[in-house]
Amino acid sequence: MIATPEALQELRETIHADRAGVTRRVLICAGTGCVANGSLEVLDRFVELIGNERAILQKEPAGLEHTGCHGFCERGPLVKIEGMDILYTRVRPEDVAEIVDVTLKNGVVVDRLLYNDLDTGHKCRGEKEIPFYKLQTRTSLDNCGNINPDKLDDYLAKDGYAALAKVLDTMTPEQVCREVSESGLRGRGGGGFPSGRKWDFVRNAPGDKKYVIVNGDEGDPGAFMDRSLMEGDPHAVLEGMAIAAFAVGADEGIIYVRAEYPLAVARIRNAIKQATAEGPLGEDILGSDFSFTVRVKEGAGAFVCGEETALIASIEGHRGMPVSKPPFPAISGLFGKPTLINNVETFGNVPLIMRNGAAWFNGMGTEKSKGTKTFALTGEVVNTGLIEVPMGTTLRTVIFDIGGGIRGGKKFKAVQIGGPSGGCLTEEHLDLPLDYESLLAVGAMVGSGGLVVLNEDTCIVDMARFFMNFTQHESCGKCTLCREGTRRMLQVLEKIVAGLGVDEDLDTLAELAVAVKDGSLCGLGKTAPNPVLSTLKYFHAEYDAHVHEGRCPAKVCQAFKRYVIEPTECKGCSKCSRVCPAGAITGKIKEPFLIDPEACVRCGACVSSCPFNAIKEVA
Amino acid sequence: MSQMIVDGRPVEFTDEPNILEVVRKAGIELPTLCYQAHLSSFGACRMCVVDAGKRGVVTSCTTPPEDGLSVETSSPRVHNVRKVALELLLAAHDRNCLTCEKSNSCKLQDYSERYGVDKVRFFNSTDEAKQPLDTGNPCLVRDPNKCVLCGNCVRVCLEHQGMNILDFSHRGSKVEVGPAFGKQLHEVDCIYCGQCATVCPTGAIMVKQEIAQVTKALNDPTKTVVFQVAPAVRVGLGELFGLAPGVNVEGKIVAALRRMGADRVFDTNFAADLTIMEEANEFLKRFTEGKNLPIFTSCCPAWVKAAEQSFPEIIPHLSSCRSPQQMFGSVVKKFLTADGDKEATDIYCVSVMPCSAKKFEAGRPEFAIDGVRDVDAVITTQELARMIRAYGLTFANLPDEAFDQPYGESTGAAVIFGASGGVAEAALRTAYKILTGNELELDLWKTAAPGETHREAEVNINGTIIRIATVNTIKAADVLIQEALNGDKKYHMIEVMACPGGCVGGAGQPPHDTLVRRAERAQGLAAIDQHCKHRQSHNNVAVQELYNRHLEQPNSHEAHEALHTEYTSRRRITESITISEGSGQMDIAICVGTCCFQQGSYDTMQKLNKLLRTHHLEGQVEVKATFCFENCQKGPNIAVNGKLIGEATPAKAEQIFNDEILTEFAGECAGV
Repeated sequence: MIATPEALQELRETIHADRAGVTRRVLICAGTGCVANGSLEVLDRFVELIGNERAILQKEPAGLEHTGCHGFCERGPLVKIEGMDILYTRVRPEDVAEIVDVTLKNGVVVDRLLYNDLDTGHKCRGEKEIPFYKLQTRTSLDNCGNINPDKLDDYLAKDGYAALAKVLDTMTPEQVCREVSESGLRGRGGGGFPSGRKWDFVRNAPGDKKYVIVNGDEGDPGAFMDRSLMEGDPHAVLEGMAIAAFAVGADEGIIYVRAEYPLAVARIRNAIKQATAEGPLGEDILGSDFSFTVRVKEGAGAFVCGEETALIASIEGHRGMPVSKPPFPAISGLFGKPTLINNVETFGNVPLIMRNGAAWFNGMGTEKSKGTKTFALTGEVVNTGLIEVPMGTTLRTVIFDIGGGIRGGKKFKAVQIGGPSGGCLTEEHLDLPLDYESLLAVGAMVGSGGLVVLNEDTCIVDMARFFMNFTQHESCGKCTLCREGTRRMLQVLEKIVAGLGVDEDLDTLAELAVAVKDGSLCGLGKTAPNPVLSTLKYFHAEYDAHVHEGRCPAKVCQAFKRYVIEPTECKGCSKCSRVCPAGAITGKIKEPFLIDPEACVRCGACVSSCPFNAIKEVA
Repeated sequence: MSQMIVDGRPVEFTDEPNILEVVRKAGIELPTLCYQAHLSSFGACRMCVVDAGKRGVVTSCTTPPEDGLSVETSSPRVHNVRKVALELLLAAHDRNCLTCEKSNSCKLQDYSERYGVDKVRFFNSTDEAKQPLDTGNPCLVRDPNKCVLCGNCVRVCLEHQGMNILDFSHRGSKVEVGPAFGKQLHEVDCIYCGQCATVCPTGAIMVKQEIAQVTKALNDPTKTVVFQVAPAVRVGLGELFGLAPGVNVEGKIVAALRRMGADRVFDTNFAADLTIMEEANEFLKRFTEGKNLPIFTSCCPAWVKAAEQSFPEIIPHLSSCRSPQQMFGSVVKKFLTADGDKEATDIYCVSVMPCSAKKFEAGRPEFAIDGVRDVDAVITTQELARMIRAYGLTFANLPDEAFDQPYGESTGAAVIFGASGGVAEAALRTAYKILTGNELELDLWKTAAPGETHREAEVNINGTIIRIATVNTIKAADVLIQEALNGDKKYHMIEVMACPGGCVGGAGQPPHDTLVRRAERAQGLAAIDQHCKHRQSHNNVAVQELYNRHLEQPNSHEAHEALHTEYTSRRRITESITISEGSGQMDIAICVGTCCFQQGSYDTMQKLNKLLRTHHLEGQVEVKATFCFENCQKGPNIAVNGKLIGEATPAKAEQIFNDEILTEFAGECAGV
């Protein structure tokens, strides 16, 4: 039990001293992505081999830990050898023996497991050489991949809970709020509300009982920033919460995590247990008179529960339905009490700000958007993964330099930013700085930080339909415009991709989008039309092609597909006519066959059946 | 005094809860589907949106007014939101308006016309999958195809009645409102108060109509059709014909019914006086014996159903008196011919009620003899108005006619039955007379203010203080019952009416949006009372005559036969599964419902079984698995010989076994 700030410091020094002899540590990524790719089997193999050959390694002891997400998910499972500056990628269990023999025992790098920079042909040894990492500024994600999230000692060794000790020992709640305000930190969940101001609202709200809630209900398709932070550095979230609780006068915290994040739930729960047992949470924390307890509430996976009032309703045991604001949760939140609710990443930044000072934080970023932001980079980009860059970094840097450009040498078409609530941006926005204002100005939003990169093979109308389908299914159904408006927008989009669109449909779509944006109750509805509005704006020609020209430029929408048999290549074998489920192909043996476009159902079965590649798809 | 700018004009405001009320003050009526001033603001329908400039489009019903805030109520932006919202609602609405009973009083219809929704661009989603109607009960019809999901019914059921029968389910465009698990109302604990129907802006929840049966009887020459008219009807019906709320149209009702072919038109008030004679004496008997106090009134069928379902422990406290409607039915069927009406053959008794639950009450098997109901049909105030229109009667021009005798005679004590507090007051007037020999000079209370659900009074009768409480809404009743049962508060008499304000606010009454309207009707009833020659039930000569001829005296054997009833517990879940047989000496019931199961009840059962075996008691104790003792918060629950034991966790199993079970077999078991 750590009873005072001094004891915390002593413990930290003891940990450092104990570890002084361990010059190398094998860090195996055990984030959800790498686990799915088999990193736990890799870990098992390491345990087995290092265990067997401990004697050999005794001269230079090597630590072995599982960690949270390293970020470079595309190349997982990742194995980092700390102390040797090596990052092995796509490591399989059968590679482990070689790593132990060659690298750990003999200090030689296994070249074939290194990341190969395709642009330069250079085999990158460690993170410092890999472009994906080189251009990032990993601060809030610094511990992710470098510490064992299940070990409190690992977090303490990295100055963990030093910020909490400093706050409790030397600062008043007002000072903490002011420091946060001065740092310029804004909500990382999407809205971008200044955190310091929010904290002040809660601090000044009258009430004996106050709550702090972590919003970990990350639900956008393709977003996993919060999950990674909770999996990789759970104590940082707890420390941020405790500092916030002290600042606003709360004594109870709740972490709302979706049940689809079992690993995050387990690691957060474990961290709460450790912190409560050891002193950073609980009664009279570190000798102060500040007490704070934390529990986890697992959400059932409704997207709308990421909306703060719906989230609060869910914690209270009600149906996850948003309520109108005001009153804001800061005044009347959980069980009617003043409640501070921030996103996981927001809390993750707090210990860093307290430790390094507001000036350090607001030294990064743009004029109005300070610090760094994590993004989940997915879609048709070469390097998918979790990244962190200073606010204001351009999309071009993120997608082409860090992300390595578009997969398979295809052309960049668009990027959907901010998930189903965000907008679709194009080539012309590539030099746009990623910050709150710039994105809002072009009809998109930072959102929680999902970036889905689309290539030339993506049909924009179909993509808008996909997101509308998502929001329609995730609408709570409370307010008319979101419930019914998204349904009808989806129907119009379905009609268009089915080739049945008419002129008025585009007007109807635009009219609905504006009404739903203006008239919906909560953020889900207010932002649901964004994918439609932004694509109507930037890809109107593609809608026109579907509606007026009867074609899908990306050749995605099945309704527009036309198959023809090249008479010169067709040998008249009749295979296609035999596989056609619609009986649309006829002809005489040994003479070119013909497809009846009226009868064709555009399944494409004929194309794959033709041994002579005689059947072509035309746009 | 603060000030807002509404459409460019300053409007002062003080304690208005939201912008909507301030806008109303400015003389502008914003459209609302989901706003009811007496319910919490929901902000779902988006009809009442106003343009608050930089703050964007906000729902006026949920936004508090602010000094200096400027809003526009008809800007193109809000107009567009409203119009699109209406078109979207219509696209998901069964638009058979011409044959819809709600036609002409439907808000969706009104607003669609008002905002010029002249076409619906989307296919009608109710066409592809019509949802079945909920018609399994005698009182209400739910038509999900007409639901606009405003949630008014959900909130009224929760916030006023505490019943929580209806709620939202599913997500996105599949959202619907209904009882849990897609059940129908008759399969759940609905008390048929119909408050949901009073707040439904469309025809999604309606009171079931019985006009057809009544018309058929009226056209049947072999039947003597006898009407009774409840007190609250006479101060509500006029509203549907352009009169002010609270105006007494009793005379015109009598005239109208006669013109429709009614053979006799009597007054439920007669039976209300009769009820008081029975109930006041029943109360005094209990009071003298100190038994089953407080006495709870039993005139409200929704309340009686709620009591049987949710509070069966108070059944002994319920007055055994039938409601005035049922006393009337019984009296008419038993005594009308004997009382000189020699022409009456094959009597068909119709009651005109302000209430939906009365339809359920009239159909209760206790109130039928050999399958023939005492009250054959129940129509509401609204149904009567429709009949008057169908018969082409110009209501305003009808003469005032008097009720038929002998059951048309009544006192002021009877007419106040129609509002919260009236039954208790009427009973007290007679009880006072019986105890003191004098008439009670003071009125117990004034009519309840709008939204006032709970009132108390004390009356000193010969030095004894009698404490009386009156509540309206089941939610308020629940609170009072808990206090009365816990002994926190001592009452002698508690009057309960389910509807806010009492019967004047029943689901059969003309549609209205405010509780103020109900209070105005109640004032109408109070005014009738004050102008009555006799204001005490015991002074009703016709009632006295009925006792003389048939019933001897209040609470006599004859009176019990004709005027009283019995209640049964209607707790839904009573079945159980026998795990092991016993000798009948003791039985243990263990709840294995979801909540208790999750809290370990199954393990508790296993442990108890093991302990029973160890102590060789397995043949003597019957072990049953049962479902829900309705004590879920203190689960797991078990009952030993009917004694409920909460928090019977596996860890406590041995202790419970030792304390509650082993002690019963002290000296009998072999021990271990």
